[in-house]
Amino acid sequence: MTRFVDLHLCASFRDLKLLKKMITKSYTIGYRLIGIPLPPNFDRDEIERIRKICSEVGVDFVSRVDLAPKNTNELLGSLRRLRRRFEVVSVICTSKPIARQAAKDRRVDLLSFPFTKPRSRFFDRAEAELASESLTAFEIDMAPLLTLEGFLRTRLLSSFRRETATAKSFGVPIVISSGATDDYLLRGPHDFSALSILFDMDSSLALSAVSDVPLSIVERNRLKLSPDFVAPGLRVVRRKDP
Amino acid sequence: MTQRVKQRYLAIQIESAEAFEEDEVKDAIWSAVLQLFGEYGASKAGLFLIEYDKKKGQAVLRCSLKALSMVHASLASITKKKEKPVVFHVLRISGTLRALAKKSRVVD
Repeated sequence: MTRFVDLHLCASFRDLKLLKKMITKSYTIGYRLIGIPLPPNFDRDEIERIRKICSEVGVDFVSRVDLAPKNTNELLGSLRRLRRRFEVVSVICTSKPIARQAAKDRRVDLLSFPFTKPRSRFFDRAEAELASESLTAFEIDMAPLLTLEGFLRTRLLSSFRRETATAKSFGVPIVISSGATDDYLLRGPHDFSALSILFDMDSSLALSAVSDVPLSIVERNRLKLSPDFVAPGLRVVRRKDP
Repeated sequence: MTQRVKQRYLAIQIESAEAFEEDEVKDAIWSAVLQLFGEYGASKAGLFLIEYDKKKGQAVLRCSLKALSMVHASLASITKKKEKPVVFHVLRISGTLRALAKKSRVVD
């Protein structure tokens, strides 16, 4: 059975009641693995508390950090500090050099672009080529598509169409996430697949963007973060009893 | 001989703080299709609201098979009605009403 994944549930972790409501709703509409973005200095106990809420509901929790660096040095510093603390690392690319650096860095899992500024969406052929070599995925948040109207939505759809075509031609994995800040912006995986026709993404690719692609990112990172991991392709199978 | 138009039936769960009248549901669906695909797209959809249960907030909608993804996208794009948040979740899609009833138990 397909496991559907929403890697960007933007619930407020301060309001645990709303968080639980959104997690429960996600479970009801078909998601079994949820990524919640947390601040870089988030307490480990708090992470465990959220993990417990998720396990009570029946979903698998993925810790995620959204980095929004001002320059490439800040990005590299943040990656050095935070890569091993979070299962998924996303970079919000606000400038061309940051987008380039994030696309070529293997420690980055997801590339996000601000939807408010169409000129700041730097995902072009150059980024796509770098991202395809480093297995970095391109993330599409669907919440803005639901909240925006008229000309702004048209412009966003046009950007999505151009970017998905670029990603597809370079073999960059695409991840579709909800980006929902409240439960009325949550939609099921098949709804997202249907919405993706608006930017000419075929339904099989869209379904894999809410299941196989994010799942493989999480599994790959969990393997890397496990104490048994030595190097790519090399892991500890058994330890000698003391 | 004209070819029979293949259709699909959609079971929908409407989630909102208040219950809507049937006309309001129809209006929300038509507005969403018109907004996203225009009059040309809406003309191909073959939309028809077969049943609506106000209490349960469940509905059954019919559309043409060719316009299924269009209608599904339009339903998913509905976020507001009368300035109040509302969500249309597609529960099941089927080729016949009987199969839809079997799958979702929406239609009696």
